Amino acid sequence: MLSSDFLAVVFVILFAVSAIVYAILDGYDLGVGILMPVADKSSEKHRDNMIASIGPFWDANETWIVLTIGILLIAFPAAYNLLLGELYIPVALMLVGLIFRGISFDFRSKAALGQNKLFWDRLFKFGSILMAATQGYMLGAYIMGFEHSTMAYLFSAMTAIGVIGAYALVGSAWLILKTRTQLNQMAQQWARTAMLFCALGIVLVSMVSPLANELVADRWFGSSTFWWLMPFPLICAVLFYFLARHLLALKHDDSKSHSAPMFLVLGIFVVSFIGLAVSFFPYVIPGQLTIWETVASANSLTVTFIGAIIVLPLILGYTAYTYYVFRGKSTDLRYD
Amino acid sequence: MEELLLSRIQFALNISFHILFPTITISLAWFLLFFKIKHNRTGDAYWMQAYQFWVKIFALSFALGVVSGVTMSFQFGTNWPGFMETVGNIAGPLLGYEVLTAFFLEATFLAIMLFGQKKVSNRMHTIATFLVAAGTTFSSFWILALDSWMQTPQGFEMIDGVAHPTSWFEIIFNPSFPYRMVHMLLASGLTASFVVAGISAYRILKGDQKLEPKRTLKVALLAAAMLIPLQVFVGDAHGLNTYQYQPAKVAAMEGLWESEAGADFRLFAIPDKETRSNHFEIKIPYATGLILNHNLTDEVKGLNEFENEPPMAAVFYSFRVMLMIGGLMLLFSWWFSWRLHRNGELKHWQLRALMAMTFSGWVATLAGWYVTEIGRQPWIVTDVLSVSDAVTTQPMANVGISLTLYALVYGGLLIAYFRTIFLLARKAAEAPESDMQNFGDDSFQPLREEAYHA
Repeated sequence: MLSSDFLAVVFVILFAVSAIVYAILDGYDLGVGILMPVADKSSEKHRDNMIASIGPFWDANETWIVLTIGILLIAFPAAYNLLLGELYIPVALMLVGLIFRGISFDFRSKAALGQNKLFWDRLFKFGSILMAATQGYMLGAYIMGFEHSTMAYLFSAMTAIGVIGAYALVGSAWLILKTRTQLNQMAQQWARTAMLFCALGIVLVSMVSPLANELVADRWFGSSTFWWLMPFPLICAVLFYFLARHLLALKHDDSKSHSAPMFLVLGIFVVSFIGLAVSFFPYVIPGQLTIWETVASANSLTVTFIGAIIVLPLILGYTAYTYYVFRGKSTDLRYD
Repeated sequence: MEELLLSRIQFALNISFHILFPTITISLAWFLLFFKIKHNRTGDAYWMQAYQFWVKIFALSFALGVVSGVTMSFQFGTNWPGFMETVGNIAGPLLGYEVLTAFFLEATFLAIMLFGQKKVSNRMHTIATFLVAAGTTFSSFWILALDSWMQTPQGFEMIDGVAHPTSWFEIIFNPSFPYRMVHMLLASGLTASFVVAGISAYRILKGDQKLEPKRTLKVALLAAAMLIPLQVFVGDAHGLNTYQYQPAKVAAMEGLWESEAGADFRLFAIPDKETRSNHFEIKIPYATGLILNHNLTDEVKGLNEFENEPPMAAVFYSFRVMLMIGGLMLLFSWWFSWRLHRNGELKHWQLRALMAMTFSGWVATLAGWYVTEIGRQPWIVTDVLSVSDAVTTQPMANVGISLTLYALVYGGLLIAYFRTIFLLARKAAEAPESDMQNFGDDSFQPLREEAYHA
């Protein structure tokens, strides 16, 4: 059996990795949903192509949220209870969004038989926005230590918009990668707008987190860690600079690499997430519960850990395989 | 107390809605593999058509199962914090293994099944179908291990009010697990068989002249006819297992308030909690005693003997609903299989009857789960944790809001699900043979100008 202290660190790392993989993977398909043009029937062709680009991936992408919440539940049950108790209503709303999104995806393709496709597409967009907004709201509430004040609510509302922007950014980067011609042009335009919202969200979180939490302020501006952590915001800024430059260049030159935005956004997500994770470690609930105080029994975690190190490489392997099978620009979504 | 009631209604609603879909998909996945292998072997087009048609219903059912399942993984925390606090060390790894071994496997290879037929080899496509079927079955293994452990817990010790595992083998292979697992898999097999038979019958009734629905009807009826006697046998064994480990549940199932030597089987009764007796009993003498004790003399304990008792009426009625549908399944599957064998086709009314039975497996499965879950009350984990100690301290308004939301959403979804399935079936019945290969999606339309290949 492994020691509890060691397992707490292993599982908090697993949790963080799973969460960032979720944010990137489900982020891009939520982003595609957020960006769907649903004003009227005329945009159906674009919507079909957008859906086709995420068709083979979204279901597995969504599974990462189950793994993320599962790791929290298995390794830090007290934190799991506390978080979900505090976030009861946003969680319920997020789940409604998740249900809408998941089912409208399937109903829409059957709706080709009937007439309700636009209805399901609108529900898909609504579900995607609701999911992103509630996740952003929860991030804000977490950073504010679940404080019930006007400032906290305001901040959470802004992080909700920030996360919608972030997902829209990764979604449009995905569309630039996977689509062609007119839709690709539209995606480039979306990316330029979403980039601003995403950047604003990151700046806001970076400013408010240390103001709201002494712990975070100490971590970032304390003398021992300052020089270690400073590179993260700098790297993030540099990535944004390259992304902006690339997106502006794309406008004039369609032959530019269509994969670059996706990799740059990926970098931005990872660096920002590391910044966030470093801010709060080793707390699961800021200022209240550390990972060592809430860690589950060593026996249970050892058993889960063994399973995870055997199975996770397999999961990564076959996930890579599907990305290989469905590589390149997407074709129409066909069940054949 | 009110939070408890609302949380219970919410969880019951969620889990009842959820189980409908895995009950179909676990076995429909194996049906799909069968169609696929048949096509590989014989090259007959109708097996591929069957695959193409049923994979769509599979995908839709799967999506509904996934979204309602994800919802539950959050509700353990939002509504039953005491559950994870007390038995998280045991429930956690079992749920974790389900995610790791099943969820990713199903979700990933379903994409190959649905969209990959022209992108991977036929062999790989068959393997993907197999892996999805295996994934759905792994999933049921872990979740049933957990549920069975909650019924008949062992392999743990309590330290400071928290359960700690001592033997994972004992935890997983707890006394009720093998019975519940096989019972549930057979229930899934029967449910999927009647869904396939019912929808195929509907297509034939709608004038479908193709070979495909005729073949799937026959396969499904034969499968049901083979599974139902097994289910009777396994159900009986499961009952005896419950009699040994959870006798109070059996007393409620049998409608026994007072202990009875050579107990009678109550075909019908109205249990009355106030008077602790039954009204309007119709009994078969000694039948319960014979089934449970295999003799006419030994006593079967009544509910009055137990300190903690489940609500009798709900368990009693649910049990009879399950038995009744099981009986109908036996009757229809054997009779119609035989008619089909003799005449090569079924009469109109027989097809109608099968159509009416399409979702009968759902009713039986739900009734069966109500027996076993309500029969466990007042415990969430037998003798370890009571339901009232596990419930949330959320304000009632919150639980009320979430419950209303879920109820509205699930109600709407169920309607959309039925409509879509029967619409798919109707369109398939009308479609000419030549359209069947790519039936049912956008692929009806030619590739659009902006559609392209890699």
